[in-house]
Amino acid sequence: MVELVWLIPMLPLVGFVALLLLGKRLGDPWAGWLATAMVGASFVTACIVFVGLLGQHENTYENTYFSWIPAGSFRVDFNALLDPMSMAMVLFITSISTLIHLYSIGYMHGDEKYWKFFLYLNLFVFSMLVLVLGGNLLLTFLGWEGVGTCSYFLISFWFNKEANASAGKKAFITNRIGDWGFMVAMFFVFATFGTLNYNEFLPAAGSAAQTTVTIIAVMLFIGAIGKSAQIPLYIWLPDAMAGPTPVSALIHAATMVTGGVYLMCRISPVLAVSAGWVPVMIAWVGAITALVAATIATAQMDIKKVLAYSTVSQLGYMFLAVGVGAYWVAIFHMITHAFFKACLFLGSGSVIHGMHDEQDMRRMGNLKKYMPITAVTFMAAWLAIAGIPPFSGFWSKDEILAYALHASPALYAVGLFAALLTAYYMSRAVYRTFYGDEKWRVVPAPEDGQTLADAVAAAPDEERDAALAMVPDLVLTFDPEPTHGHLDASYEPHESVWMMTVPLVVLGVLSVVGGFLNIPFGNLQFLERWLEPSFVLSNPAQLDASTAQTVIELTIGAIVGIIGCVAGYVLWRGRRAEQKGAQVPFFANGWYYDIAITRLMGGPGRIATDALAWFDRTVIDGFVNGIGTVAVESGGLLRRMQSGYVRRYALGLALGAAVLLIFVATRVVNL
Amino acid sequence: MSANSLSTGYLVLSAMLFALGAFGLMRRRNTLVMLMCIELMLNAVNLTFVTFGRMLNDITGQVIVFFVLVVAAAEVVVGLGLIVAIARRRPGATADDIRVLRG
Repeated sequence: MVELVWLIPMLPLVGFVALLLLGKRLGDPWAGWLATAMVGASFVTACIVFVGLLGQHENTYENTYFSWIPAGSFRVDFNALLDPMSMAMVLFITSISTLIHLYSIGYMHGDEKYWKFFLYLNLFVFSMLVLVLGGNLLLTFLGWEGVGTCSYFLISFWFNKEANASAGKKAFITNRIGDWGFMVAMFFVFATFGTLNYNEFLPAAGSAAQTTVTIIAVMLFIGAIGKSAQIPLYIWLPDAMAGPTPVSALIHAATMVTGGVYLMCRISPVLAVSAGWVPVMIAWVGAITALVAATIATAQMDIKKVLAYSTVSQLGYMFLAVGVGAYWVAIFHMITHAFFKACLFLGSGSVIHGMHDEQDMRRMGNLKKYMPITAVTFMAAWLAIAGIPPFSGFWSKDEILAYALHASPALYAVGLFAALLTAYYMSRAVYRTFYGDEKWRVVPAPEDGQTLADAVAAAPDEERDAALAMVPDLVLTFDPEPTHGHLDASYEPHESVWMMTVPLVVLGVLSVVGGFLNIPFGNLQFLERWLEPSFVLSNPAQLDASTAQTVIELTIGAIVGIIGCVAGYVLWRGRRAEQKGAQVPFFANGWYYDIAITRLMGGPGRIATDALAWFDRTVIDGFVNGIGTVAVESGGLLRRMQSGYVRRYALGLALGAAVLLIFVATRVVNL
Repeated sequence: MSANSLSTGYLVLSAMLFALGAFGLMRRRNTLVMLMCIELMLNAVNLTFVTFGRMLNDITGQVIVFFVLVVAAAEVVVGLGLIVAIARRRPGATADDIRVLRG
């Protein structure tokens, strides 16, 4: 049964090809159903393979299908590496993707490029599966680039709008910086070990020089922070919101951003033997990203932006887990995060769909009355991400924090504070969206290109006073401004169709119970026992803890989560006077990080790149073009010899013969 | 007159014939005459081969002449074919008029 593993990525690829050929004819909604069926079949295959894998030696299965690049001593195969970790990844990728596909059938209904959307989605899932199933670095890189390309297509899916097109470019370019690290790492791996296969170079990592291994680890980490949106390369992920909401869910929950964490877990033997500062750096980058992104999320108005920064923050936790050596917890959090983040994103998509493309939370409120299923599932996921027991996020996040405490109390403190902020900002989003007054009835709708603050200022006095009394932070402007629909005061929001609510319900249930995959007591650590053989640790004893310790740590985590939720409730259910002040402009503008980069790259960066471009044009191009010019000019001179006069050729022959004769007569005969 | 001086005479004759052919090839513009000049040069060389074969008492010189005759026959077929084709297409054309294949 395990031999069917090749079918897992192949099915979405077949879907992609079928949609490429027939997609336009199938149209709405059959193209969507085809894509969903393919990914669903892939999930079913994954389940069958999982059962088969249980019977394999050490739960690992490897197979080489064909030689991909045979070039002398350089040889790359198309091979699959299915071990407990990639199996876990494949299961949650295919399951979540299937739900997202199903959801998209409803969400994308009526879009003119309907079939193209599913074509990209299938290719996206295929790339991600290649990424996790590939048995060597280059195959992983193929999937890595594949998800990057698909994210570009999908983020700028509605490319008629300038902002969407540039968001796609931003994602792609930022990812390229990470790809550079990945590629350099591959060069080093090949130069050192002579192979790119995981099962060959990973066990040999200990025998290489520590400096080399450290460089490989750092370069792969650069690749991972690009793909998984960590500081300083996180800027593309919040902008990736420009794509349709199911894409956001796919990027944030199941595919793409988890690739970096997967890569770090995959190369655990390399991290184990690299210099001691590498894991510490990874842990700190993760912890700081978790904190910074959480602060930014506290002041966002766009419901999807809140979730986007929360993804960055949660990915920070995963890197924190990787840094302290708790790889299976990173995977555990990745899985629970996939459940609740997919649920949150699809829920926000449902809200946006039901609110006619309105994304600004200042024009929402009391939606639980109109969209009960969305509201209940969104809140299940909210409690999960906030870390309220016994929801899934509680178990995974607090386990990460427990391991962080063993490594360093400072890491624990940062992580705990980020957890507090997480609970707070998610509560803020929930209360603004699903509770309170129906604000779109009072707050005027901005015209195209107008900010909400301008729209309020332009409204008649009475309307403005009423709006400001209800939503005091209307005057805050954001760059970029959230997307606004045009629903007016009389609009009645509606619940979404069943294709959208069914995935929400499934994901909502998973968000509640997902934590039971791994409960840190007794024999309940199913996931840890399953994943443990995949990893190599430098110091396994560091992660041991007594039950009493664990209970204390979990209790602290739960208390922090509850405090955060209560703070969110108190502030956003009542105290309007203090609401405006709670949103720090510094955080609202993302620590001015985007602006700083724009200034840097627009000023000194521009000059430096212009200089490089000049060097490229004049020196390098000059050299290459110079060779061409020499060939052209000398050819132009030489061609005159070919006059076309036969008699002149005869003269040439005669002269040549004469020269030869003289040569023979003088040099050979006289000897 | 000794055999050696007779041989020298043949060699001088073949050299003169060769020079005559080469000069004619470069000087004349009529393609048919040019072909005849080439034939003249070829036969001058043949004469040299036979003479040397006689002088050195080696049959190889005469063998090579047969090869040259065969090649020359083939060359005449192709050459005359070209000349006829040119004459049909452009009556009265000289070798200098046919210079389409130039750089």
